[in-house]
Amino acid sequence: MRELSLNVMDVAQNCITAKANVVTIEVIESDKKDFLDIYVKDDGCGMTKEQVESVIDPFFTTRKTRKVGLGVPLFKMAAEQTGGTFSIDSTVNVGTTLYAHFIKSSVDMTPLGDINSTVKILIQCNPDIDFLFSYTTDHGSFTLDTKELRGILGEDVPLNTPDVLEWIDGFLEEQTNNIHGGATP
Amino acid sequence: MKSLAELQAIRDKAKLELNMRHENPDAIRVLVGMATCGIAAGARPVLNAFTEEVAKRKLQDVTITQTGCIGICQFEPVVEIEIPGEDKVTYVKMTPEKVAKVVNDHIVNRNVVTEYTIGAYK
Repeated sequence: MRELSLNVMDVAQNCITAKANVVTIEVIESDKKDFLDIYVKDDGCGMTKEQVESVIDPFFTTRKTRKVGLGVPLFKMAAEQTGGTFSIDSTVNVGTTLYAHFIKSSVDMTPLGDINSTVKILIQCNPDIDFLFSYTTDHGSFTLDTKELRGILGEDVPLNTPDVLEWIDGFLEEQTNNIHGGATP
Repeated sequence: MKSLAELQAIRDKAKLELNMRHENPDAIRVLVGMATCGIAAGARPVLNAFTEEVAKRKLQDVTITQTGCIGICQFEPVVEIEIPGEDKVTYVKMTPEKVAKVVNDHIVNRNVVTEYTIGAYK
């Protein structure tokens, strides 16, 4: 994976498979404190303790098309190669939280990449699921809550209407520029 | 500044145009493989390119969505196009540059771009 945002898109797919109603994606980064944290949280079906242990094994997958499952192992590797940490906290019928901690200045740090594009595609392809995305830097933070957007749009206008997606795109870009001190990330 | 008021205006406009696009059984479906293999191979810019091209041409009744791994990871990014009443076409090793041609030739003019299909690679 060339960007962490791609790892996020990949593991978020697991939330959707777990029948989540709300998927929370949180990115917190600080140049001053030299870290980048990513949380991917869902309220889906959760996993047992044994399953949590096995998902970090590349040769474990619930899928039928192939015998390998690399999503979680790749994300874990990306975090650990920077000297960071990775953990999964899951409770059956409650949900799962993935937490990855990165040391930003590490030479092995993968860039975050186009996280906005990830969020937009997740909303576009899963208009029935709610996404809560928040992004925090040294300069500030912002939140995009699809529940709030849904409240304004009403039941008749789905979140994946082209004009709505364009609005989301513009909103994310504007807000990201703000929290990066006005410069392009 | 993107305001929520702007979103309200979009809602009102969309309600007028609403033609049950999301429920239309005749809609053309564009499925982009977005499992670990697809994402790593560059499926995201391909999906974005389809969204942009379809929006640019204001095509109605085209749904772009993601799908899982269909088992041909070596050919990712894979895109399947389903037109009701026609055979499903599988495009392999897609790039954002190839998207415009696929939209123009296949979705608009109904001519399959044979050189990008899986048949041309096997």
